[in-house]
Formats: sequence, structure tokens, C-alpha cells
Amino acid sequence: MFKGNKKTLLVSAILFICLLVAPSFLPRFYTYIIASIYVTALLAMSLNLVVGYGGLYQFHHCAFYGVSAYTLALLITKSHVPFWVAFGAGPIAAALTGYLIGWFCVRLSKLYFGMLQISLGSLIWAIAFRWYSLTGGDDGIHGISVPDFISSTKSSYYFILVVLTISLVLMYIIIKSPFGTTLQATRDNPERCEAVGINVRKHQLIALVISTFFAGVAGVLYVILEQSVFPDLLFWVFSLEIFIMCLLGGWFTFAGPIIGAAMMVSLRTFVGVYTEYWTLVLGVILILLIFFLPEGIMGFFLDKFGAKAPNEDHGGTR
Amino acid sequence: MLRVEEVYKSFDGFMAVNGASLHVDKGQIAAVIGPNGAGKTTLFNLITGQLSPDGGKILFQDQDITRLPPYAICRKGIARSFQIANVFPRLTVFTNVQVSVLSKQNRSGTLFRSVTSMAVRETYAILEHVGLADKAQHLAGSLSHGDQRILEIAIALGNEPELLILDEPTAGMSPEETKRTMQLIRELAENRALTILFCEHDMDIVFNVAQSIMVMHHGRTLIQGTPQEVRENKEVQEAYLGGADA
Repeated sequence: MFKGNKKTLLVSAILFICLLVAPSFLPRFYTYIIASIYVTALLAMSLNLVVGYGGLYQFHHCAFYGVSAYTLALLITKSHVPFWVAFGAGPIAAALTGYLIGWFCVRLSKLYFGMLQISLGSLIWAIAFRWYSLTGGDDGIHGISVPDFISSTKSSYYFILVVLTISLVLMYIIIKSPFGTTLQATRDNPERCEAVGINVRKHQLIALVISTFFAGVAGVLYVILEQSVFPDLLFWVFSLEIFIMCLLGGWFTFAGPIIGAAMMVSLRTFVGVYTEYWTLVLGVILILLIFFLPEGIMGFFLDKFGAKAPNEDHGGTR
Repeated sequence: MLRVEEVYKSFDGFMAVNGASLHVDKGQIAAVIGPNGAGKTTLFNLITGQLSPDGGKILFQDQDITRLPPYAICRKGIARSFQIANVFPRLTVFTNVQVSVLSKQNRSGTLFRSVTSMAVRETYAILEHVGLADKAQHLAGSLSHGDQRILEIAIALGNEPELLILDEPTAGMSPEETKRTMQLIRELAENRALTILFCEHDMDIVFNVAQSIMVMHHGRTLIQGTPQEVRENKEVQEAYLGGADA
């Protein structure tokens, strides 16, 4: 899978081992922060599937993350279904919502796609925010019980790491598949794609379902980490933050959004301690980025050190 | 093989195509000529579904393809190139053609298998045929204009079409490139038993290559016939050739 690039493989392996042993050395708080970076990173990467590789204006991605988190939370607190059934139901609910909203959105182009998605996504937010009897309104739902073996910070950290790794591998395979290559072609030139026999709308809709499914996986991981949900999870401002993560990290790269997510979460956590205006720092970073690293941080490094961007290196065997 | 019957298309009251008809027989190289703004590109867009006609009928192999979406028309066996270089700029030359071959093989939706080893032989065969094999790993966006136009034809060939439609295949090319392209088109018609329909500005090219010529003027069909018939037609001489010669 990662053939042809031993250095990358080695660095990834060392990094992975560091992440494996980290909770044994770090205080609980830092373990929690890293786990929360994992969750956010998965969310950002799921968004990048359709934004970076699909060229779609997915403006309200966290709606699907929230749908999944609420599905799990409601099933646990209001019904007696086993935890793992609810755990699976979350991403499936997110993918179904993604299909429904996407069905309308792919019929529109570019910005209109994004606008419609913000409206429909905000509708879901309004339900979570206003329907007190079901969702608890702006109080959210707290004290969601998760199985004992993943209830501590350390054990949830490992569980999240495992699910994240599986998800990343799956997403990587999908991007390197004929589906992923064709998706990049629809991003580059939808008109030409239609003319070689590709049903562009259908292709984009499938990409949306896959993307929202993984957003849903991030959603249930969030519940396991926090054991609570609240309406801010699906507020459109958060969607904008995820978008910025992809931009920061570099959206034509596979791993870029992870770096973006790590930066955003760290900024919010560590600068947020000093001032509630931490977004000022973010603003300055963004301005610098747009001027000096328009391809994002990861895009810059891949460019600099000669490694090819992931969307440019297939077809290498002959 | 292809029959266009009295199609109409207007844009905000302007009749771009005003009752044009056309037929192309199997194995033929057919051309559409006409001055700028005669509606040639619009006609092609109507045939391949980028636009849908206001009236009239388009039949391909006796099936009605009027108003089908472009991808469905393509799957019936019509591939095309565009007037402006229309490639996938951020993908490699290889991938540009591979996407088209995968689409033909119905594998565009395959999710969990690596694309790296798929359709490699077919893709290289096409690239070698059109002379782009040595640039396979270049990004399509970095190619010269002439090469991008050739790549467009290669993308269309990836679909293994029965009818290939080329919209001004030599527009913006140097004389050298033009010669190479026309040679390629002639070869394709012979070796792959392709039926080709193209439109072109350059009279010499058209009368050299085409076996059947349709003349368009103000969105209408003036005449369709052999190069000989077209050359001798009075109306054509007045509307078009006369003006060009003078």
C-alpha cells in the first residue's frame, strides 16, 4: 500500500509507536487532548474526501458528525439497544442523512451546493437545539454510559486510535481505487467526465455517503471520549472550523487535514486558556498561510522534499 | 449510423441551430463546415447531450438518443473531444486516459481495489498510438496546447467508441501539429474501423480527409454530399466558398 516510499513508512511507524506509548508517559489531560485531536482529525479527513478529492462545496459537514453522535446518545439513553448496535447505528444514520441532503445538493452547482447544505444542515441543528423533550435542547445529553473497558481516558484513547487507524486505511484504499481516481477527475473537469460516460452526480453522491459515514464514525468516537453531546456539535461555525483545518493542512494531500486538526485543537486548548479571542491567532496564521503556503502545510512539505502528492502518483507501474 | 433530423436550439431568442439535419454512415469520415457562428459546436453539443434540443430528433444506430444525459449517450458508443482543450489538468496524462478506459470497463465505481495495476495495458496502447507514451507521467495541465488536444482524442479513444466526434480538432495548432493530427485521424478511421464526425475551419483539410461534407449556414443545413457535390453547389459557393476565395 505504501510501497515505493520506505522513508514515509519508517516515519509513520515511529510516529505510530510514539502514539501507542504516549498515554503511559503523559498526564491524563494531554492524553485527552490527543484523543480529541484524533476525533477531529478523522472528521477533517472525511471532509477532505469530498472537498479536496471531490471538489464539492461541503459547507456543513459537522451536521453529519452531530447526527451520528446524537443517534448514539439517544439510543443509549432512551432505549435498551446494546451499545455496539447503537455504535454502528450512528455512522449509518450519518450516511443516510448524507444521502438525503446530498441527493438535493448534487443537483446544484458549486456555491449553491454549499448554500443549500448550510440551510438543510442548520435545520438539523435547529431540531437538536429546540426539541427539548427529545434532545435536551441546548443542555445536550450528559452521562451517556459506555462499556467499562473504554470508559477511562486511557482506554478510550486506545480504542479511538484503533478505529482511527482502520478508518484512515479504508479511506486511503478508497482514494487509491478506481472510484477515487474518477472522483478526482470529476473534481478537475466534470463536463469531460460526463463525456467519457461517468454519471458525475451519482459519483459525487456516493462520495458524499462515504464521507458522511466517516464523519459519523468520528461522531460516535466523540461520544465515547466525552460521554456527552450538545447542539454546538452541529452548529455551522464548527463546520467552518473543519473546513479551515483542511485548508491549513493542505487539501490536495492525504494527511494534511490531520495536521490542520492538530493545530486547531491545540490552538483552541492552549491559546484559549489565555484569551477567548484565540481565533485572532488563527486569523493571523490563516493570512500568512494564504500568502506563503497556498497549498497548505502538508502540501508545502511534499513539494519541498520531492515526494509526490497522493493524487499525482498513480499509474506508476508498467 | 447517426441521423440528426431537423433539430432546433435557441438561446434567448437567438436561433443557434435552426433545423439542421445530418447523417453519418458507418465507417465514414464526415465533416461539418460553416463560417464562425454557423452553429457547428452547438450542433455537436446537441448530439452528445451537453445541450438538449428544443425540437427535432437524434438517432444513433436506430435508437432515439435525443435528450439523454451526456454520460448515457457516451455509453451508447459516442465519444467526443471539445473545441477548447478539455482535460483533467491535475491528473497525469496516464490517469487522464485511464479514467476513460475504466469508465468503459464499468469499473469507475470499484471501491476497495488499487487502481495502480488496472487498465494499464489498454491505456499505454492508446498513449503509444497517439504518441504521448513518453509523457505518460506528466501532469496533463503542463502539456503544450497541441499535446493537450491530442490527449483529448486519446481520452475519447479510451471509451472505445463506435462514433468519434471531434470539435475542431486542429484549432490553435501549428501547421506541423495539424498535419500530425489529421494523419492520426485518418489512421484511426482505417485501423480501428471508427466512424468519425468532425468540424473544421480549414477548407483544405476538410476536402482532403472527409468523404461526406455537411455545410451549415445560419444554423441551417445548406447541403450534405460528397466533396465534389459540395464544391459544385451554387448556394455553397455564394454563402461560403466564394467569400473565402475572394
